[in-house]
Amino acid sequence: MTIKGKAYIAGIYEHPTRHAPDKSTAQLHAEVAKGAIEDAGISKDDVDGYFCAGDAPGGAWPMVDYLGLNTKKLRHVDSTETGGCSYIIHLGHAAEAIAAGKCSIALVTLAGKPRTGAMPPRAAGAEVDFESAYGATTHNAYGMCAMRHMHDYGTTSEQLAWIKVAASHHAQYNPHAMLKDVVTVEDVLNSPMISDPLHRMDCCVVSDGGGAMIVTTPEIAKSLKKPLVRLIGHGEAMKGPRGGKDLDLTYSAGIWSGPRAFEEAGITPKDIKYASIYDSFTITVLMQLEDLGFCKKGEGGKFVADGNLISGVGKLPFNTDGGGLCSNHPVNRGGMTKILEAVRQLRGEAHPKVQVKNCDLAIAHGTGGLLGVRHAASTAILERV
Amino acid sequence: MSEAKKYPAPVTNPETAAFWDAAKEGKFMIKRCTACGEAHYFPRSICPFCYSDKTVWEEASGEGTIYTWSLMRKSPTGPYAIGYVTLKEGPSVQTNFVDCDLTTLKIGQKVKVVFKPTDGAPLPFFTPA
Repeated sequence: MTIKGKAYIAGIYEHPTRHAPDKSTAQLHAEVAKGAIEDAGISKDDVDGYFCAGDAPGGAWPMVDYLGLNTKKLRHVDSTETGGCSYIIHLGHAAEAIAAGKCSIALVTLAGKPRTGAMPPRAAGAEVDFESAYGATTHNAYGMCAMRHMHDYGTTSEQLAWIKVAASHHAQYNPHAMLKDVVTVEDVLNSPMISDPLHRMDCCVVSDGGGAMIVTTPEIAKSLKKPLVRLIGHGEAMKGPRGGKDLDLTYSAGIWSGPRAFEEAGITPKDIKYASIYDSFTITVLMQLEDLGFCKKGEGGKFVADGNLISGVGKLPFNTDGGGLCSNHPVNRGGMTKILEAVRQLRGEAHPKVQVKNCDLAIAHGTGGLLGVRHAASTAILERV
Repeated sequence: MSEAKKYPAPVTNPETAAFWDAAKEGKFMIKRCTACGEAHYFPRSICPFCYSDKTVWEEASGEGTIYTWSLMRKSPTGPYAIGYVTLKEGPSVQTNFVDCDLTTLKIGQKVKVVFKPTDGAPLPFFTPA
């Protein structure tokens, strides 16, 4: 049993806004849903599966009602919540549901306004009394990973900076990107220290916005007008301190989700033409590239240096929309936009300056939660047919 | 900051109450499984490694080394350093480092537990040994 080739991404939409003081969160969900439905060329009444995560106000049932989905037809819902990678997990779950005949046209939405509205509080687990007082945030949780990675493998701030430099080279061509200026390694190193060893420019932006996609059967996808993009491999995994035994913050759950996805797809990292890699911080990218097998553990620093991630320059073009580091990070959740740019690349719809030639295989990978504490990871391998 | 930082009181629950009762006596407790011999933190009633329910409280030495750390340069309550300490007994625990120059922390540095008051049970922190 496999989901390989059993589900296609037929519609995508990324909200152009990065600052939405005049909109509600539910409204942003509706706008991205409408955008993805129109991109696919279907009707909202055709949707029979709905997927959302913790950013959807009230969860699945208020959203289904608010969005006016056709409840006579809607027969599959999934509100799996794994932080920023929820939507990559949703893509895999949608493919499973489609392969099992539980739905045929799935809508996945993400939207929110961390810049202009309140963020929902993070749910507390059994660890709350033993951790909440210590103030783990995204910055310092990823800072702890970077600190240990540097200690174990000699990774440097200069190497991390190259990830931001590459993202900025791509963002200059994205009219919607929050940060369009090309930056240098020196710019990153000279930006203020936020949480050692991460500088401000090692951190992603905070943006309002959202995105959505339509996942469907091969038959329906082929009846529509969009270039065909299908899911051929998918993986998901989780990692935490697990009682504090053998703590190792230099790798993520991507070390498990990645191989699962590659095995299902029947390809290797060498076959990938374009990579969307979650970039909440520069260290997130470096660790994921290692965990996914684009280089050996500990060699991520060398791999990302000297422009190796810049489209048209290096060997592995990444985040050609500018990613979370420069373009957007809607609701502090980067998984959806990772899929959307990968689909654009496979469709040949990326900006001409960053479009990868003959892009037939792409990866969209994300993490959710805190890499230095507890997190999930999900990997999707996508193919242009 | 001139005033002592205010920390939230643990809520506690039946599974962890013994940890907080011991903390009031200045003792830093871990749980050990008598079936597989592994120690773990934070404390659970069921061993997370072998799923035995034969877990017992054990007073830890309170000594360990810094596994990693990160100094948050700004926050509403001022700078603070989060990190993990690998205890002499094995488990690594999340904590903050206190009562020292936070810019001089080093991976591998020896540290020891120190309790800070809350409105309820005191909370464990670590400081250079």
